Parts: sequence; C-alpha cells; structure tokens
Amino acid sequence: MSIDNNIAIDIQNVTKMFGEFTALKDVSLDIKDNEFFTLLGPSGCGKTTLLRLIAGFEAVSQGAIMLYGQNIADLMPNKRPINTVFQNYALFPHMNVTDNVMFGLLRLGQEKTNAKRRVSEVLELVRLSDFANRMPNQLSGGQQQRVALARALAPSPRVLLLDEPLSALDLKLRQAVRLELQQIQIQTGITFIFVTHDQEEALTMSDRIAVIDGGRVQQVGSARDIYEAPENKFVADFIGETNLIDVNVSNLEAGKGSCILPSGENITCSAAKGARAGPGHLSVRPERIKISVSGKSLLEGTAVRHIYLGTDLHVEVKLSTGGNVTIRMQNSTQIQIPDVGQSVGLDFDPSSARLLVD
Amino acid sequence: MANLPKTTSKGSANTYDGFGIPLILPAWIIIGFFLVIPVAMMLVYSFLTKEFRGGVIWEFSIGAYDQFFFYRGLFGDSPPTIEWTYISIFWRSIWQAGLATFFCLIIGFPTAWFIATRTGRNKPIWLFLITIPYWVNLLIRTISMKFLIRDNGPLNEFFLSLGLISEPFHIINTNFAVQLGLFYSYLPFMVLPIYAAVERYNFALSEAAADLYASRTVTITKVILPTVKPGIVAGCILVFVPSLGAFLAPDLLGGAKNFMIGSLIEEQFKGAAGNWPFGAAASMILLSLVLIVLTFYARSQIKDQL
Amino acid sequence: MASKSLDFRHFTGFKSLTLLCLFLLYAPLIIVMIYSFNDSNSITRWDTVSLRWYYDLFYGVDAPKFKAAAINSVSIAIMAATSATIIATMAATAMLRSGRFRGKSVSFALINLPLMVPEIVTAVATLIFFSAIGFTTGYLTILIAHIVFCIPFAYLPIAARMQGIEDVYEQAAQDLYATRFQAFRLILLPLMTPGIMSGFLLAFIISLDDFIITNFVKGAGVETLPTVIFGAVKQGIKPNIMAISTLLLVVSVGFVALSYFVGRIGEKANPTTTKNGD
Repeated sequence: MSIDNNIAIDIQNVTKMFGEFTALKDVSLDIKDNEFFTLLGPSGCGKTTLLRLIAGFEAVSQGAIMLYGQNIADLMPNKRPINTVFQNYALFPHMNVTDNVMFGLLRLGQEKTNAKRRVSEVLELVRLSDFANRMPNQLSGGQQQRVALARALAPSPRVLLLDEPLSALDLKLRQAVRLELQQIQIQTGITFIFVTHDQEEALTMSDRIAVIDGGRVQQVGSARDIYEAPENKFVADFIGETNLIDVNVSNLEAGKGSCILPSGENITCSAAKGARAGPGHLSVRPERIKISVSGKSLLEGTAVRHIYLGTDLHVEVKLSTGGNVTIRMQNSTQIQIPDVGQSVGLDFDPSSARLLVD
Repeated sequence: MANLPKTTSKGSANTYDGFGIPLILPAWIIIGFFLVIPVAMMLVYSFLTKEFRGGVIWEFSIGAYDQFFFYRGLFGDSPPTIEWTYISIFWRSIWQAGLATFFCLIIGFPTAWFIATRTGRNKPIWLFLITIPYWVNLLIRTISMKFLIRDNGPLNEFFLSLGLISEPFHIINTNFAVQLGLFYSYLPFMVLPIYAAVERYNFALSEAAADLYASRTVTITKVILPTVKPGIVAGCILVFVPSLGAFLAPDLLGGAKNFMIGSLIEEQFKGAAGNWPFGAAASMILLSLVLIVLTFYARSQIKDQL
Repeated sequence: MASKSLDFRHFTGFKSLTLLCLFLLYAPLIIVMIYSFNDSNSITRWDTVSLRWYYDLFYGVDAPKFKAAAINSVSIAIMAATSATIIATMAATAMLRSGRFRGKSVSFALINLPLMVPEIVTAVATLIFFSAIGFTTGYLTILIAHIVFCIPFAYLPIAARMQGIEDVYEQAAQDLYATRFQAFRLILLPLMTPGIMSGFLLAFIISLDDFIITNFVKGAGVETLPTVIFGAVKQGIKPNIMAISTLLLVVSVGFVALSYFVGRIGEKANPTTTKNGD
C-alpha cells in the first residue's frame, strides 16, 4: 500500500453507531496536508461525531482513520498527535493562561524552561502575550478562544481540530477571528479541520469543504465547486439559496442534460453526476434570474411578495405554471422593481442552471 | 450535535471507563463487610438461644420470636396466648412516631411554606436559621430539652415566678415529653423536603388556575397541594422512620414508663440481664417495619412518575 | 380583592407559626448556654456570671475523664472522616465518571444503605458481628463502625461537586497528552477540592456527634464525648454538663458552617465553568 504523504487524514469507510442509532454511515474522506478543511452540515448531521472520532474520544464501529498513512483508530486520544479547540474552549479553570497553554508540553515531557519559551511564542502568535498570568474567568470570550487555540497549537500537532470555535462569538468578532484563523493556518502550515454549521464561515475560510447530512458525506469540494456545481438537492439548498423547479431530465451526456421548462422552452445545462433521466429539479440561484427585457421569457408569473434585506430585495414570484421562484435584485438597481400583483417575465442564462436529482 | 457531546449514554460520563469496579470496591468492602454481613448475622442471632450471662449459644431456636409474640411459648401445654407486652411496646412506638410526624407536619408545613415564599435575600437567611439547631449534636439537643422541662427546670421556674401556676408542670417522663423530644429531633426533616417542593412550585400556575375561574380553596386543593404532595410525603417518611427507632428522646425524656422499641432493644444488650437473640429479633422486626414503609414509599414514587 | 385571593405567599398565622417554631428550636439551646455561665452550684438558681464550670471541665475532678473522651472522639473523627472521604471520592469517581459497570445500580443503594437502616439496628448488628468473630470491642470497633456511616455523608457533597464539573476538562487534558491518571490528578481532583473538603468536614462532625452506635460498640473501657456526657446525665445534670454541651454545640455549628463556607468559597475560587467575561 503506497503511503501518500500529501494526505494528512484519510478516513476510510468509517461507520459509527450509538446503540441503535447510526451517526455516520460509511464515510470516506481524505484531507490533504496543510489544508484548511471544513466539515459543514446542519445540527445532528454527524460532523462533530466525525471530529471526535479523529480526536479519539469515540471509537469507530467500523473502518479506519489514517494519519499520514498510519491507522490511529485504535489509539487513545493522548497518543494521537492531534489537538482540539473545543466549542466552549474548556480552559482549565484552576490554571492561569500560561499553565493552560503549557499543559500539553509538560505532559510530553518538555522541560519547563523550554516549555515557557514555546508558550510565549504561541501567545504572541495569537496576540495574547499581555494576558499570560490571567485566570480564564478574567478573560472575555474572544480571549478565551485564543487561549484555547494557543493551547492546542503549542505542542505543534500535525492536525488541529476546531469544533465550532466561533459559534459563541458575536458577529463582528467572528469576522475578525475568521481572518486570524486563516492567517495562523497559513503561517504554521498545520492541517486544520474545522467544524461548523455556518455556511458563510465555511465558504470564506476553507480550502475545501465536506458537506455532511444524515451521517453521510453529500459532497466534497472547494467553495466554488460546491456553490456553482452542487451534486444534489441537499447541497444546492443548504449552501446559499436556490430555486428548484420540477422538470423532467433527459439527454444526459458528458455532464450536461436537457429539460423542458414549464413554459415549453427546451434548455440544456450542466447536470449533477448523479442525475438520471426522469423526474428531477432544475436549480437556479436567485441572483442569476433577471427580469425579462424582451417580450419572450423563460418563466412567467406574478410577483407576490417583497422581502427587504438592506442591500438586496428578494422578490417572490408565483409562476403561472405553479410553484414559486425567488429572484434577487439589488436595491441600487436601475431596473424597475415589479410591484406585488404585477405580472413578471423572468430570464436566466442556462449555463448558470444545473440539473439535479435528489 | 452542535455541542461537543458531554456524555455517551444514560447521563454518565466515562472518562475512566473500565476503572469502575476497582474504584467502587473499597466502598463495597467496608459497607458490605461491616453493615450488610452484620445485619445478616443479626438475622442469624435472632434464631439462636440466649446464654445465661448474655451472649449466645449456637443452638437453633425460635425462642426469641416466640418470647416476643407469645406468652408461655408456642409449644407449651396450654394453647398459646399472645404476649402483649412487647407488641404493645412496638405499637406504642408506632403511635408515638405517628404523633410526632403529625405534629411536625402541622407546624412544619406552614413554616416551610412561609420560608419558601419569602423573597430574595431573606429566604436563605430564614433557611439558615431553621437548620442551625439541627447541626447541634442530637444528644445535646435532647439534654437541653430535658433540662428545660424538668420539674425544677427553667420553664417551670418561669411560670412559677410569674405566679401563673402554683405547682410545677410535670412534663418530664410523660408521653408529651417524648413527643416534644421527637419533634425537636426531627422537625427539620419535615421542613426541608416541603420547602424544596414549595420552592419548585411555580406560583404562576395558581394565577392560571384563577384565570380559569378556580376559587381560592379549589386552587389550593387541586393545584397547589398535589404539586407539593411529594415533599410532604418525603418529610413524613423522614420523620416517621427515625422516630420509630429513636432511643435518646424516649430514654432521656420518657423515663421507665415510656418504653419504646429503641429502649427495649438497648436493654437486651446491657450486661447480664440481656437477651441477645431477643434483642436481635426485636431489631429484625423493627428493620422489617422500616423496610416495609420504605418499600411503600419507593413504590408510590415510581407510580407517581408513570 | 382579586389580588388577595391570588396571593398564596401570605397566609395568616404562618409567620407566627414559623417564629414559634424557631423559638421552640432555639430556646432549649440558648438556655443551656446561658446556664453554663451560671456560677451557682445548683442548676436552677441563677447566681452571677462566671466561667467556673468551664474551668471545672478542664481542671476539675471529672477533667481527665472528659479529656480522654475528647481525645478519643477527635482522633476517631479525624481517622474516620479521612477514610470515609477517600472511599467516597473513589466511589463518586466510579459512579459518575466510569461509564457502566456490573453492579452499578446496586452500588448506589449500597452507598446510601447506612442512611436507611435505623441507627439502633446498625448498632445491634455491628455489636453482634464483632462478638461473633471474636473481635474485642473498643477503640477499633468504634472507628470501623464510624467509617461505615460516614461514607454516605462524605459522598453527598463530593458527588454533588463532581456532577457539576463537566467531563470536557478531562477530555481536553487527554487531548493534550495526559494519561487518565494525570487527568484525574491534575484536573479533576483540584477542581473537586471544595467538595472533598466539605465532605470531610461533614463526616468529621457526624462522627464526633454519634452516640447510639458508639455506645453499643465501645465496650467497657473506652468513652467518647457523647457517651461520657450521656453517662454523666444519667447521674443527674450537673453544671459542668451544661458547659461541655455548650462547647460541643459551638464546635458542631462551627464545623458545619465551615463546611458550608468552604464549599462556597471553593466554588468562587475554582469555578467549574469559565464564564465569558463579556
């Protein structure tokens, strides 16, 4: 078996059951060295379970977890060169910042003087050098999070796991910390595995994303891949917003397919890998639909609702053939915004649409 | 699973999985060896023969139980007649314990209610005040009660000096004294569970009831009392059971005429006049009584939760 | 009128009953304390305030008896409380942190067993047991019996504290290369300290105060403070009894208060959760 040193974590057919309940079903993933990899999915999808399996707090029911070619599935967490930033930080309440950050180093047998030096290094990296002697309950949420990060980075792990570390922070802080995390990952070169349910976070920070739902990996790819070319209905719907129009799929060939719109038009566009001929969906993002300027349009209907969002206006259009479609218009647009009750004609570029099955 | 799950199953963490048995072993050894086995031995002893100088002869006999229940023995010539002496002692103890429970209830319930319905900072102060006396050694508390109500004690002196009475109240060595002693010993056990139950009661419920046209009485009987009932039951058990086997209050405050189970048992193990198997038998009977009460209580708890 | 019938916080007479209750509870104790400072020989007539009887306790005729009893009581209490605390800490770790194991549910009943068996029954059973195995009654039998009933009392605050500590800290420790024993020693134990101290103090005072069981298993030669006080009372209440009762009273209350405050201060200094500062 060849060991591909570019792959930091190789998850091979991992299944995890809790009694009768299957949390992860036959999951296979590989995470590359020096990658910022995100596990993204709704609550209960299994992403945290997967993280805990990698960290070693749960044992796999079936399958293997390879760390740079070595199966670690049977190792206790304290034997894996992997560290975790916990969701609620889990800073040891009875130790100050320095002792917290130093903890892992001391357990590995480092001398105190060397350890202290490393601690200052790491605290500087997270910009908390002035807080070295504070106790955790004297720190703000953002500061605690940075200590947790420093503590996990100090032992120079090969992989760093982050379990929704930003969820307890307010919005502005979250945005600032996102950038910092990315910079730290680039600077240290450590593989980051990041768990979140916030798709904006996933899209902005990651090299690649694994979308997980119901214990299965739905799709793996870069932010652009996942957004522009979702492989199934779940991914299309979970990431950003999309309109799904029921159509009949036909003429599948080389990643493209055809369908007939409710208005009668026949269009060809890209198709998901799992697409089959027969009933399916046409996925078009709201920002790709425009109000028709010519008389003929791909879709026709009546505007039924305005949703004001500051920068954007979403207009809900009830199609004459049934079903609703949402289009996105910028509030700075020159185009006439259709009033509620007004008939609308809608157009979109077929190349921006995608044929999906479930 | 947005949070890092803290536990795997049944609300118990498993950081030290696999070490459960060695860790619990010392407790098992100490309590198993020095409580469970002794109680088993006590059961055995209740079926042995009494030795003349105290202690036992290892010879099986149901003499102890026989003596307890029957006059002149089950297997005598005349048909067995029931020996009432000991049974009446038990019966009196049950009666005393019941009365004590009753008094604790009628005084303890309003007290608990009052404390639980105080606001903000006052509540812990009241609670503190009511529990401090409990922290005092039971012996000391009983002694101080004895001191207080003696014929020539401060209480009588007080009334005499005020000219309210011409002769001292003879309280000591009466049933009433024992009642007082039991009340004094176990009142907090009634107050605290009721307090806990009332504290948990959401008074908004009574407002909801009033909103639905319930009168004050109906609200009390149909809304408040059922919610508080578990606390009342717990309090009664916590007073009744210790009172049943109490020794200090009857001994120090009741004197010779108010023998209760505790004194009866104690007597069997003091010196040459003692009868160990008999004492063991009486203890077994007491233990059985207590277990019956506790089993009823446990069953009613389980039933309530269904 | 509507607000009156909705007010279930105020019932007539409840406050008076509560005050009566408190009066009944405190009166005997306060009277004993007052009389312990009575100079007169009789316990009924009030003379001048003096510390005479306290002096008598330490230097009078009965002093050696009391002193020996006090030494026994305190030494037994320290050893029993220490043993019970260690056993209870291990038991709590087993019940709350070791997942499932055979006999776990029975163990919970076992730990609470000493609380459920009436004291006199425990006393009788223990005496019979030692007699049956031929173990002479005395200091050691008292100590063993005390350890047994101190365990549940130590267990209560320890288990309560442990339950409040999330196991995520021990997981974090293991994540940072600590063995399970290190996680226990460096993380769990320090966080548990207030509970352990509370448990120790509670067990100490329970042991110090015990009468019935001690009385049964002590045999002829040994006395503890409660048994010697009881014996003295049987001969009639003398003023020095008032004095020693007051002392014991103050010590008991002091210890339990200490146990409580240690728990509270410990909670503040070593909180089991790290709250966000903002």
